[in-house]
Amino acid sequence: MAEPLLELRGVNKSFGVVHVLHDVDFAVYPGQVTALVGDNGAGKSTLVKIIAGIYGRDSGDYLFEGKKVEVHGPRDVAALGVEVVYQDLALCDNLDIVQNMFLGREETKGLGLDEVTMESRARETLASLSVRTVKSVRQSVASLSGGQRQTVAIAKAVLWNSKIVLLDEPTAALGVAQTRQVLDLVRRLADRGLGVVLISHNMGDVFEVADRITALYLGRVAADVPAKDVTHSQVVELITAGRSGDLGIAENPATATV
Amino acid sequence: MSADTDTASAPSGFDNDNRQAATIGDSARDYLNRLRGGDMGSLPAILGLIFLFAVFSSLNDRFLTTYNMANLVIQAGSIIVLAMGIVFVLLLGEIDLSAGVAGGASATIIALMLIDYDWTWWMATLAGVAVGAVIGLAIGSLVSMLGIPSFVVTLAFFLALQAVPLRLIGSGGSLRFNDEVLRGLSIKNVPVTAGWIAAILIVVGFAALSLWRYRSLSAKGLVHEPLGLVVVKIVVLAAVVLGLTALLSANRAPNPNFNISGIPWVAPVVIALLLFWTFVLTKTRFGRHLYAVGGNAEAARRAGINVLRVKIMAFVICSSMAAISGLLAASYTGKVSPGSGGGNELLYAVGAAVIGGTSLFGGRGRAMDAVIGGLVIATIPNGLGLLDQASYINFLVTGGVLLLAASVDAISRRRRSSAGV
Repeated sequence: MAEPLLELRGVNKSFGVVHVLHDVDFAVYPGQVTALVGDNGAGKSTLVKIIAGIYGRDSGDYLFEGKKVEVHGPRDVAALGVEVVYQDLALCDNLDIVQNMFLGREETKGLGLDEVTMESRARETLASLSVRTVKSVRQSVASLSGGQRQTVAIAKAVLWNSKIVLLDEPTAALGVAQTRQVLDLVRRLADRGLGVVLISHNMGDVFEVADRITALYLGRVAADVPAKDVTHSQVVELITAGRSGDLGIAENPATATV
Repeated sequence: MSADTDTASAPSGFDNDNRQAATIGDSARDYLNRLRGGDMGSLPAILGLIFLFAVFSSLNDRFLTTYNMANLVIQAGSIIVLAMGIVFVLLLGEIDLSAGVAGGASATIIALMLIDYDWTWWMATLAGVAVGAVIGLAIGSLVSMLGIPSFVVTLAFFLALQAVPLRLIGSGGSLRFNDEVLRGLSIKNVPVTAGWIAAILIVVGFAALSLWRYRSLSAKGLVHEPLGLVVVKIVVLAAVVLGLTALLSANRAPNPNFNISGIPWVAPVVIALLLFWTFVLTKTRFGRHLYAVGGNAEAARRAGINVLRVKIMAFVICSSMAAISGLLAASYTGKVSPGSGGGNELLYAVGAAVIGGTSLFGGRGRAMDAVIGGLVIATIPNGLGLLDQASYINFLVTGGVLLLAASVDAISRRRRSSAGV
C-alpha cells in the first residue's frame, strides 16, 4: 500500500481528568476514502479537531507525507493542504456561491476584488466535480438545498488544491437523493487522488464509499481494516463493544485501568 | 446575445449553468420573485417617499417649491451621512446608539478649533473626524474584545459623550459655526455651470462603467445582467440626476429680486461619500468580510477572517461618519450647542438605514439605502414643519415610521428564511 498522506501516531489527549484519546494511530491514504466510525463520545470529533489543528496533542506525532510536522493552529493545517468540512457547513447565507468559496482568501486585482478570476475558478471547480444541480454560481447560498450547500462546502474545500478533505457527517441532514449526490462527490474526490476522511454514523454510506474503516471505541482504535474485509455487523460490533471475533481491542477497555 | 456559448476563459460550464437572466422580462420576473420572497430592498422607501410627497404637496402648496426641495436636500444631508455610518454597524447586526452624540462631540471640537485656535477648516475637520474615530475605536474594542453587547456599550457612550459639549461649551451656551467653507456647505451652492458639468460627468461615467462591465463580463462568459436592464438602469439614473440638477439650477429665491440657484454643496459631499463607501462595501476584501461577519460570524472566523478587526473597523467608520454628520448639522444650524446630536438624530438615522433596506439583523445593507431612507426621514420634519404642527406630532410620526420600518424588516426576514432567497 502507498505511503499515507497524513498519519497520527500514538496520539493522547486529555481534557482535565478525562482521557479522551488513548494512543490513537490514524492514517489517511491518497485516493482512498477512510471512514472514521464510532459511537457518540468515542473521540471522533476530538480526533478531527486535532487533525484540523484546533486542539493540540498531549503526546504523539503528526506526520504529513511521511515527515513529522509541527502544527499550531488551523492555518498551519490549511497550509499543508488539509481542509475540513464541518457538519454545520460554515457558509454565509447572505453571500453567493463564489463569494463563499473564496471567503477569507479573495483574489484581488489592484485596489479591488478580482471577480472575474474568482467566478471562473469557482465555475471550473464545480464543473470538475461534475456538479449538476446548481443553477448559477451567483446564486445566494440561502436559496440552496441541503445537498447543494454540502456540495458548495466540499467544492470550497477542494478549490485550494487540497490533498486531504475531512467531511464531518456530510449526509446527516440530507434526504435520499441528496445523500446520493454527496456520496458520488465523495467518491470522485478520492478518484482524483485526494485523501478523504468520512466521519459518519450511517453504515450504508460507509460501506458504499469507504476503502478503509477505522473504528474508535472509548478513545481507542478498535480496528483499522479494509472495508471489503469486514461485514456490516462486524463494524457495528466494533463500534458498540470494541471487538468482534478476533478483531478489536483484546481486553475490555471499559474495565481496564486508565 | 446568448452567453451560454463557452468562451476561452470559461471552458467548462456545468449542466444548468445559468449565466444571464435571458431577457429583461426574466429579470423582472426574478425581481418579483425576490419581492414575494421578502427581499424588498429599497422598495418600501421609494413607495414611502412617493406617499409622503403626495400627502405633503396636497396639504401645503409650498412643499413642492424648488426652494423647499433644496432645503430638503440640505436637511437630509446630515441624516444621510449618519445613516451611512450606521449601515456599517447594522451590517454586523450591532447597533450604535451613541452615533448622534458622537457627532455632537466632534462638532464641538471642530467649532472650538476654528474659534479658539484659528485652525483652517480642513484641519479642524480632520480633528473632528479623528475624535469620532477614537470614540469608535473605544466602542469597537469594548464590544469585540470584552464581548459587551453593543446596545449597552453605546448606551453608556450616549450618556457619557453628552458631557463633552456640556463641559466645553457650558450649559445654555453655544458656539457659532460660521467658517466660510464649512458653513457654506449648507448655505452656498455649486455654481450652476459646474453643477451641470458634474451631473453630466456622473451620468456619462456611470453609463460607460456599466456598459464596459457588461461587455467584459459577457465576453468572458461570466454571470451578468441582460443589456436591457443595464440600459434601463442608466436611463433611470440619468433621469434622476439630470432632473434634480435642473430643479436645483433654477432660481428658487422666494423674492424674485434675489438669485439663489445651484446644487447645495452638501450634495456633492454626500455623493462622494456614497461612491466611496459603495466601492469599499462591494469591491474590497474588507467589504466582503463585513458582509460575511454579519451573515455568519462563525463561518467568517473559520475562513480565517479577523472578526475582531472587522468589528472594530465598523464602529470606527460609524463614529467617523457621525463626526461628518455632526459637522453638516452644525453647518445647517450655524451653531453648536450642548444638546447637539442628543435629540432625534440617531433614531432618524437608524430609521433611514432600515427603511432604505438595511437589515437590523445583520448581513444586508448598502450605502445607497442610507441615501434613499434619509430622504424619506428628512421629508417628515420638513413637511410637518410647513404644516405648522405642534412638535409632538413630529415625534409621534417619526417614532411610528421607525417602528414601521423595523416591522417591514422583521417580516421580510421571516419570509426570506421561509422562501430561501
